[in-house]
Amino acid sequence: MDQIIRDAEAAMTAEGKSKAEFKAGDTVSVDYKIREGNKERIQQFRGVVIQRRGSGSSETFTVRKVSNGIGVERIFPVYSPFIENITIHKVGSVRRARIFYLRELRGKAARIKEKGMN
Amino acid sequence: MPGLIGRKIGMTSVFNEAGKNLPCTVIAAGPCVVTQLRTEEKDGYTAVQIGYEEKSEKRSSAAQKGHFKAAGTTPKKHVMEFDAFEGEVKTGDTVDVSLFEEGEFVDVTGTSKGKGFAGVMKRYNFHGVGDASHGTKDVGRTPGSIGMASTPSRVMKGMRMAGRMGSDKVKVQNLLVLKVLADKNLLVVKGAVPGPKGSIVTIEK
Repeated sequence: MDQIIRDAEAAMTAEGKSKAEFKAGDTVSVDYKIREGNKERIQQFRGVVIQRRGSGSSETFTVRKVSNGIGVERIFPVYSPFIENITIHKVGSVRRARIFYLRELRGKAARIKEKGMN
Repeated sequence: MPGLIGRKIGMTSVFNEAGKNLPCTVIAAGPCVVTQLRTEEKDGYTAVQIGYEEKSEKRSSAAQKGHFKAAGTTPKKHVMEFDAFEGEVKTGDTVDVSLFEEGEFVDVTGTSKGKGFAGVMKRYNFHGVGDASHGTKDVGRTPGSIGMASTPSRVMKGMRMAGRMGSDKVKVQNLLVLKVLADKNLLVVKGAVPGPKGSIVTIEK
């Protein structure tokens, strides 16, 4: 039955363009459409992906950045129509799927090794 | 109203054009076979009887086998009547999910999840009795008073009390059809549908 739901989801999110492949540890910027009254503008949110959560059409991912010394995290649904584009800047090399330990780290310690740069 | 028999598959959510995340239920609906036509002359009313899901010959009684044979089809597990099908339908015809269109509203009937013997708080949303302290003890989820004193000296009829809850026939009206997947015989409606996953539901226009 789960498979049938996945099929139905796939049929409904078909137009939902194949979203960029990224995982925890990657640095991405998300172009997010914001509607203010009748005007629409694009806000960019750049940071490190710290988790991808859920599956199918309800999958979300969390992006963390440090803004003026304050950690800011934002959760986006992967298939949200408000996401205009996702750009991958760096592919990070991390050992786990959810890198919450990053929250405890500051400055130099909070760096993530890039993939293929050992 | 014309309709179909199906099974509830489960729930998911989908984004609409406006960017809203809508909760929706996936239903495997039909294909159903017309097994009998009820007519005014013969039965005193008009209706279309349809069957859903194959039933093995071995499991069918002789009477059932005869009934389905007369319609030129194989025995079916679930049989139901609907009225006012558009156009001509004959026995043996197949009706499938293309009966429904995206954007129209349907009513879905199912059997709600059984809750067993439930108390009045769960069953009728009573508030329970009393405080957490000040001598209140062991009455937190009880109904409290169920009536008056020596007049009338009895409990009023229809007093809501604990008892079996759920497993009722429940119809949810006006669910928006979000998607019809004719090739997979799937119907996606907005909102929830009564009953557990895998349970039989009927969908009416």
